[in-house]
Amino acid sequence: MNAKPKIAVHKFASCDGCQLAFLNLGEELLALAELVEIMHFAEAGPVNLDAQVDIAFIEGSVSTPDDLVRIQKIRANTRFLITIGACATSGGVQALRNLADGREWIASVYAQPEYIESLATSTSIASHVKVDLELWGCPVSGRQVLAAVRALLFGVAPVEERDKVCMECKRTQAVCVLVAKGVPCLGPVTRTGCGALCPRFGRDCYGCYGPAENPNTEALGLRFAGLGLLPEQIARRFLFIDNAAPVFAEAGARWRSAADD
Amino acid sequence: MTEPRDRTINVPLLARVEGEGALELTVRAGRIADIKLRIFEPPRLFEKVLEGRDYFEVPDMVARICGICPIAYQMSAVHALEGLFGADPGPWLRAMRRAVYCGEWIQSHSLHIHLLAAPDFLGYESAIALARDHPEVVRRGLRLQALGNDLIALFGGRSVHPVGVRVGGFHRAPAPEDVSALVERLRAALPEAEALVRWTASLDLPSEEQEFTSVALRHPAEYPLNEGRIVSSAGLDIGIGAFAQVFTEHQVPHSTALHCLHDGRPYLVGPLARVNLNQDRLPPATRTLLQETGVRFPSRNMYHSVVARALEIHFALTEAIRLLDDYYTPVTPFVEIRPRAGVGFGATCAPRGVLWHRYEVDAAGRIVRARIVPPTSQNQARIEEDLRRALESYGLARSDAELRLRGETVIRNYDPCISCATHFLDLRVRRE
Repeated sequence: MNAKPKIAVHKFASCDGCQLAFLNLGEELLALAELVEIMHFAEAGPVNLDAQVDIAFIEGSVSTPDDLVRIQKIRANTRFLITIGACATSGGVQALRNLADGREWIASVYAQPEYIESLATSTSIASHVKVDLELWGCPVSGRQVLAAVRALLFGVAPVEERDKVCMECKRTQAVCVLVAKGVPCLGPVTRTGCGALCPRFGRDCYGCYGPAENPNTEALGLRFAGLGLLPEQIARRFLFIDNAAPVFAEAGARWRSAADD
Repeated sequence: MTEPRDRTINVPLLARVEGEGALELTVRAGRIADIKLRIFEPPRLFEKVLEGRDYFEVPDMVARICGICPIAYQMSAVHALEGLFGADPGPWLRAMRRAVYCGEWIQSHSLHIHLLAAPDFLGYESAIALARDHPEVVRRGLRLQALGNDLIALFGGRSVHPVGVRVGGFHRAPAPEDVSALVERLRAALPEAEALVRWTASLDLPSEEQEFTSVALRHPAEYPLNEGRIVSSAGLDIGIGAFAQVFTEHQVPHSTALHCLHDGRPYLVGPLARVNLNQDRLPPATRTLLQETGVRFPSRNMYHSVVARALEIHFALTEAIRLLDDYYTPVTPFVEIRPRAGVGFGATCAPRGVLWHRYEVDAAGRIVRARIVPPTSQNQARIEEDLRRALESYGLARSDAELRLRGETVIRNYDPCISCATHFLDLRVRRE
C-alpha cells in the first residue's frame, strides 16, 4: 500500500451508528486523518462518490434500485471493500421485511407508496459484490475499525473474531446469565467482539454481532423452550438484528414453522 | 417549467448531515418558484417491524432507528409502555433516566456543533480541515463528545445502541465508584462548556429574523427531558396523548420522511425551540451564562440554534452532576412490569426535538401497532420555509456555488437526522 492510502466511507440503508465508530474516535480521528486520505465520507465532510480508493468501508444494506448500481461502482473503484456493521454484513434489522410482504409494509406506512423507491428486500453487501472483510456488530466499535485499518496499513490480513460471546464471558469471568438467571441468552451462538457486554450487564445477549463459528442453534432453541419460551418467541430471538444471516434465518424459520404447526 | 435555457446544478450528496437528502431549487425571474428538500433515504419500516413483538423487545429494536440518538428512542418507548402498564418507576429511575439522557445531549450536540456545523461558520470543508487551523476548538468538542458518550456507556455499556435500558428501568445500576469518577470528569468539563457557549456566541452568524412557531415539551419545574406537556410559542398547551389531534403527518412526493404540520403550518422543534420556550427552567449557572453572551431568547434568528445547542450542553453537564452527586445504589434498578392491553403514549426531548411514540398493545403485551414521529419529519416543512426566505434574502443573483453553500448551511443548522426520518442532499438549481 502507498505511503498515504485513500479511504472512503459509504452509507446505504442504516441508522448511521457504524459511521460513529469513526466520528466517536476523538483524538484518534485526527490521527487517522493524518495516516490516510479520506476521499469520501459525507457525514464527516468530504464528498467524492466516484473516488478511486484503497479501502472502501460500507455501512448499510442494499434496499433501493439506486443502491444496486452504486455498490457495483464502489467495488470497481476500490482495492479492499470492508463492510461495517449488521446492515452491510447481513442486511440488518430492516431485512425483516424479506420475511413479510415488503410492498404491503411500505403501503401501510406511506399513503402513496408509488413515490417510494424501495426494493421489496434489504440485503447484505456480499449478496451483490465481493467483500474482502466483514466487521460484524450492531454497531461496530472503533476498536474493530481501527484494527482493520492498521492491519491493512501494515499489509497483513486482519484478524477475524469468530469466537462465541460465551468464551468472552468465561475470559472476563462474567456470571452466565443463561444458567444463573434463566434468561434466553444468545451468547452460545453469537460472535464475540462486543466484550460480552449484555451478560456483563446481567442480561441476555440478543445476537447483534451475528452468528459465531460452529453455532448450535438447534440445541440452544431447545434450551429456550425449556425456559418456557413459545416457538414463535424462540423464532424471534433468532430473527432480530441479524435475522438475514443464514444461520439465524434458518433457525428462525425452523422455530416459526414449529409455531405454525 | 424546464425550459432549454434553464440552468440546473446537481450536487450528488449533501455533506455533514446524518442521512441522505437532496435539495431542488427552481429560480424563475429572480424569485424562487419551487423549493424542495428531497429525502430519499430508504425507509426501514420500523413501525411494521415492531408489530407482533413482545413489549420487552421494543427498547433494543427502536434504538436501531438512530445511531446518534438511541437513548431518545428508548426513552420515548419505555415511557409509553410504562404509562400504559401503570408502572411507577420511582425517584431513582426518574433521576437516572434524566442523567443518561444528558449524556446523549452532550454527545449529539457536541458532534453537531464541531463535526457538522462549525466548518460552515468558519469556512472549512470539514472538522478535520478545521482542526489544522483551530485544533483547540475541535479538540474541546471531541472531548465533550467523548464525555457524553462515556455518560451513556455508564448506564448502557456503549454509546451507540446501548444495552442497559429495559421497560421498567435499567438492566444494571452503575457502580458508585464508576459514577463518582465520571462526576469528577463532568465537573472538570464545566469550564470547557462555558468556553464553548461563549465561542458559539462570538461566531459571525448571519442575522436574519424569521417568523416561526416553536414547539417543545414543558415541565412545571425542570428543563424538559423525559416529561412534560407539549407547548408552543403560539399558546398551544396539550398533554402528549393529544399530539395526533393537533399535529398531522402527511406524505409529499419528494420525501420518504412524512411531513408533520401543526394546524397545517410548519413549526420548529429542537434546541432553539426548547430554549425559546423554557429558558426560565435552565439552572441559574446556565442562565447567567446565557445573559453574558448577549444573545436574547426567545430568538427568531435560526442561527442561534448553535448557541442554544451549546447552552444545552452546559445545562446537561450541570444537570448530570446534580443528579449523580446524590447517587446511591438502588435495591433493584428496575420495577416489575405487568402488561395489559391498551394504547400508550411517550414523548421525550430527543436532541433534535420532540420524539413522539404511540403503541397499541394486546393483553399478552405484544405490540399490535406502533407509530413514531421523529423530530426531523416535524422540522422538514420548516426547513423548506426557511430555505425559501433565507436564499431570497441572501440574493438569488449570487453564483450557484454560493447559493449551494448557503442552502446547505441553512439545512445543517437544523441538525437534520435524516436516518431517523428516513438520507441524500443533492442541490439542483433550475434557473428560468
